[in-house]
Amino acid sequence: MDIVVDGLKAHVATGGRDPVAEEPVVILIHGSGMDRTVWQFQSRNIAFRGIRVLAVDLPGHGKSEGKPPETIAGMADWLNRFMDAADVKQAILIGHSMGSLIALDMAARYPERVEKLVLMGVAETMPVHPDLLEAARQDLPLAPELIIYWGLGEKARVGGHPEPGLWIHGANETLLKLSASGILASDLNACNIYTDAAAMAKKVKCPTQFVLGRNDQMTPLKKGQALAEMVNDSHVVVIERSGHMMMAERPNQIYDALKGFVF
Amino acid sequence: MVTPKFLKFDTLSLHAGQQPDPTTGARAVPIYQTTSYMFDDTDHAAALYNLERPGHIYTRLTNPTVAVLEERVAALEGGVGAICTASGMAAIFLAIATLMNEGDHIVSSGSLYGGTHNLFSFTLPRFGITTTFVDVRDPDAFKKAIRPETKLLFGETLGNPGIDVMNLPAIADIGHEAGIPLMVDATFTTPYLMKTFDYGADLAMHSLTKFLGGHGIAIGGAIVDSGKFDWKASGKFPNLSEPYAGYHDLNFADEFGTQAFLMRARSEGMMNFGACMSPANAFHILQGVETLPLRMQKHVSNAQTIAEFLENSDEVEWVNYPGLKSHTDYKLARKLLPKGCGAVLSFGLKGGRSAGSKFIESVKLASHLANIGDAKTLVIHPASTTHQQMTAEALATAGIGEGMVRLSVGLEDSGDLIDDLKQALRASQKV
Repeated sequence: MDIVVDGLKAHVATGGRDPVAEEPVVILIHGSGMDRTVWQFQSRNIAFRGIRVLAVDLPGHGKSEGKPPETIAGMADWLNRFMDAADVKQAILIGHSMGSLIALDMAARYPERVEKLVLMGVAETMPVHPDLLEAARQDLPLAPELIIYWGLGEKARVGGHPEPGLWIHGANETLLKLSASGILASDLNACNIYTDAAAMAKKVKCPTQFVLGRNDQMTPLKKGQALAEMVNDSHVVVIERSGHMMMAERPNQIYDALKGFVF
Repeated sequence: MVTPKFLKFDTLSLHAGQQPDPTTGARAVPIYQTTSYMFDDTDHAAALYNLERPGHIYTRLTNPTVAVLEERVAALEGGVGAICTASGMAAIFLAIATLMNEGDHIVSSGSLYGGTHNLFSFTLPRFGITTTFVDVRDPDAFKKAIRPETKLLFGETLGNPGIDVMNLPAIADIGHEAGIPLMVDATFTTPYLMKTFDYGADLAMHSLTKFLGGHGIAIGGAIVDSGKFDWKASGKFPNLSEPYAGYHDLNFADEFGTQAFLMRARSEGMMNFGACMSPANAFHILQGVETLPLRMQKHVSNAQTIAEFLENSDEVEWVNYPGLKSHTDYKLARKLLPKGCGAVLSFGLKGGRSAGSKFIESVKLASHLANIGDAKTLVIHPASTTHQQMTAEALATAGIGEGMVRLSVGLEDSGDLIDDLKQALRASQKV
């Protein structure tokens, strides 16, 4: 489904279920260089529990037109306009990595639009390794490869995924490599220069769930926990045996985390 | 610059797709000999059926032992995932039935295994899917044969039994310019000798019965998706990019992205056609995959030795093996197959068909049977067996003459093999 924002198509997956009026809304926000399909183990699961799901491709990602805003705040502003275009007054925002920063920023600056927050794989600061940043700027295959290497937990790199036949390494690396030229670099830079997470966290009033991977090398558990302590109404769920790509790595544990908080 | 330290091919052959069994600690992949799996509750059952959550329902769809093999093959190919099937032919049919509808068209290399040729020539047309066969050595012929209704380019990485080398990069480019994916049968090369996705293939299928298993004890197939083909942008694949009534209007490309093909193939194809792999066969094939790199090194080394021996034998008129400088595709093989040109070769004897028959009946170490890729050396006469149903014209297109003998070179001592071949060659010339 396409929703027109700023005159450009923004593509969303709905979990394959037609929404019913007055249902609660969940907006799923992907991370750097990714797209809506990183939520493939969650979007249907949420949608078929009586919730309108909008798993959005951020501008320039997946099937959405345009260029990505260059800052996290810019992306949060875009998301605000997206909600207008989708005729959604208030939603539960679920973000991952960069998507979590966008959701956090939005909840702080547009509190009336956010009912609850779920922030996965997030930290107060998300500095990007200079080699990764440089590889992304040059559009080298090394950039997606480094993200997969650091992003997947050690167990996940060997495989044994609960979705039969899915090779999680290949699936995530391919998704990143399919992103258009310059997109990953723009996203990583936005994360790298974002320094407002702590300030925004202190402003957030809505109930907030942090979902953090025990073995996350990109946004380490301790740094995520530190950010969680800054949010007034928050709690942390630790996903055992998971790296940064927790929705893909441990979908059943993510289901357990969302159950009771989101549906 | 930092570099990622991913597990290498040899390590993946042993480990990919498996975590030691959490309940028993079993290190080997257990055979989950079960048809069905307990649901946690009714909500869990409904979620599994509705493709909301990962997990097993019924072994026709998925099985934990089979799933390890699926992941392992996908890892070795560098794909996004795989589905294992009852046989290689089941994998081809599953892929085609997932992608194509009545009125659709395939452009295929004419140099194919007889069963595939038969499927394309006689079976698929009954369902309204037609095929144009072209010379695999002429990429431009693929381009010329593409029609508006063409949905797939197909070929074997090494043609059976002509051992012609498919120019994957050139043919993939032709397909992609037309918004059409390239599917290859990579059975002869295995991912050890050729990573077909690196050369532009979009889908790769295997008869796992052959080199990946390597032992000749279990039949199986696999279809692997590179995840790179954009089904939605192509506009030619409504089965993946439009709502599917069979799953309450689920749009597979929208929801599953790079997994769209595999999700549709499993949820429709495995559900409705049912050509699943047995867990015992998956277990057997996994034992073979563990030693694939080592075996392929010996296979190609022996094959090169045997090809050179045959080429220098007075009784032999010609030899098809791309590792020989005399082969038409030698230069292309050096580029695409630097680790070796596989272990199947074909040759013709002085004296034609009758000499070939005598040769086959005279070998002692080589086994006369319908298979390739066994650890043991195998021999057969394609025109009267594996490719018997092909028309004379199709045989000519595929370069299969009456006198052709196909040899699948095994892992025996190459000297022993040469001794066996020598005596059989001598016998072939006795009137």
